[in-house]
Amino acid sequence: MIQVVCIKQVADTETRVKVAADGKHLDPAGVTWILNPYDEFAVEQALRVKEKLGAGEVIALSLGGPGVQTTLRNALAMGADRAIHLRHEGAALDSLSVSRLLADAIRPLGAGLIWFGKQAVDDDAAQVGPMTATLLDLPCVTAIVTVEREVEGAREVVEAKLPAVLTTDKGLNEPRYASLKGIMAAKKKTIEDVAAAPSEPNLEVTALAPPPPRAAGRIVGEGTAAVPVLVKLLREEARVI
Amino acid sequence: MSVLVFIEQRDGQVRPVSREALGEATRIAAAIGGPVIGVCAAAKDPGLAALGEAGADRVLLATSDRFAAYDAEGTAAAVEAAVRGVQPVVVLFAASAMGKDLAPRVAAKLGIGLASDCTKIDPASGGLTATRPVYAGKALQQVRFPKTPALLSLRPKVFAQVSRAGTSASVEPLAVTLPGDGPRARVLRVSAVAGGKVDLTESEIIVSGGRGLKGPENFPLIEELAGALGATVGASRAVVDAGWRPHHDQVGQTGKTVSPKLYVAVGISGAIQHLAGMSSSRCIVAINKDPDAPIFKVADYGVVGDLFEIVPALTAEVKKLNAHG
Repeated sequence: MIQVVCIKQVADTETRVKVAADGKHLDPAGVTWILNPYDEFAVEQALRVKEKLGAGEVIALSLGGPGVQTTLRNALAMGADRAIHLRHEGAALDSLSVSRLLADAIRPLGAGLIWFGKQAVDDDAAQVGPMTATLLDLPCVTAIVTVEREVEGAREVVEAKLPAVLTTDKGLNEPRYASLKGIMAAKKKTIEDVAAAPSEPNLEVTALAPPPPRAAGRIVGEGTAAVPVLVKLLREEARVI
Repeated sequence: MSVLVFIEQRDGQVRPVSREALGEATRIAAAIGGPVIGVCAAAKDPGLAALGEAGADRVLLATSDRFAAYDAEGTAAAVEAAVRGVQPVVVLFAASAMGKDLAPRVAAKLGIGLASDCTKIDPASGGLTATRPVYAGKALQQVRFPKTPALLSLRPKVFAQVSRAGTSASVEPLAVTLPGDGPRARVLRVSAVAGGKVDLTESEIIVSGGRGLKGPENFPLIEELAGALGATVGASRAVVDAGWRPHHDQVGQTGKTVSPKLYVAVGISGAIQHLAGMSSSRCIVAINKDPDAPIFKVADYGVVGDLFEIVPALTAEVKKLNAHG
């Protein structure tokens, strides 16, 4: 079975967000770029499925500028067989535009399973998995943990016909580290370079700004002596208990 | 100029997040002038007429046995049919597990962009503008919609419900051609997590524990305080990665982003990815032995000291308060 894993390069979760001069996007200066953590679970699970089947191919697919090649090499070093780089430079695209480009790239591959992380930790939109599935007219199960998906306070066990799209949540697996052998092997694997031609935007970003600062708080006191004061403040000043 | 709201139901109960979406819909409808119309997919009517009190003027109901459990493709078809029939200018979903799964499918079917997990909507400024947290809340993004309708999902616990006592909504059947012979992805079973506790994203009060607790065996301290406060237990990434707590308890950038009215951080130093996930809470309390811990920078009230003494004392004080009202 051919499996496609769609991955995204994102700013590291330890990044302090600075707004770029255009007032709309992240200032990339000094940012460390990583494979989106939720996508790591997707890569790992695809590799596990291939190992269990004992055959097949895992194709890593990513959209973005030249930097994305590093992220694709990460996936190849983990064990993906080959990669496709949908080349697009410039401002980030909206989720529907991304989904259309991914769906067009995935359609000819004949994949049985298509994997996504449940969301990217940069725009937190959580849209591209189910959007791409809908454009491909495939069933889709989102936010899977083990074989179950998480909903508020509950887990659903879902059965899906293949081909299908799955999006992965934390807890599904413990992603492997790339071995030295894997890193060496990845250098010889191919990354196919395909130019992406996005359509008109479906959503327009007009501004990016830091959140309003929280009003300065205070230290109520030290040790258990502070507890009655704290409870009084929570009840009478903040009125939250 | 109507506003369409997807009404989420589970086990025949309309979920509170949909009442929040209806509340915001009434505010948008007042600004643009038009009715608030709900759309629901269910095996049978979950008491939709009562949603008049929450702000709905009409509710369209698609009924099928397929909707006894969540059928993503069938529900997307129902919402698409409602959008094509009603021609709303705004469509609202909750950014719940169901809404996050459903809204992108509807957007893809309609070929229209979607702003997910919004925390503010401004209908007045020459076309609708939405604000949504990105980077787990480290920044706020503003977006505009080049096409109609504007599709948005709303973060739970952010938008206020309305109460129009004595108002009832008219419930009308919605005809939908469901795709396929049945769902291609079918829910076989639903199992409650940890005794069916309220999910972190929908909790009014959260008590979270971090590495300061020294080991999973000390989490009962947190659970007892949470019990006294009627709170849900959360955790930092450090303790989740260490295997002390399950992943669904994690607050922060690779866990859940929460906005409760009270967030109590116990033994959590406040890594940036944790702060991102909880700093939109209304009131934050931090209990930590290190007075220089970053958590105190976002806390409204801080207590410095040994959590193993402070937390039991706090639990006792809250219980005393509960007993005396």
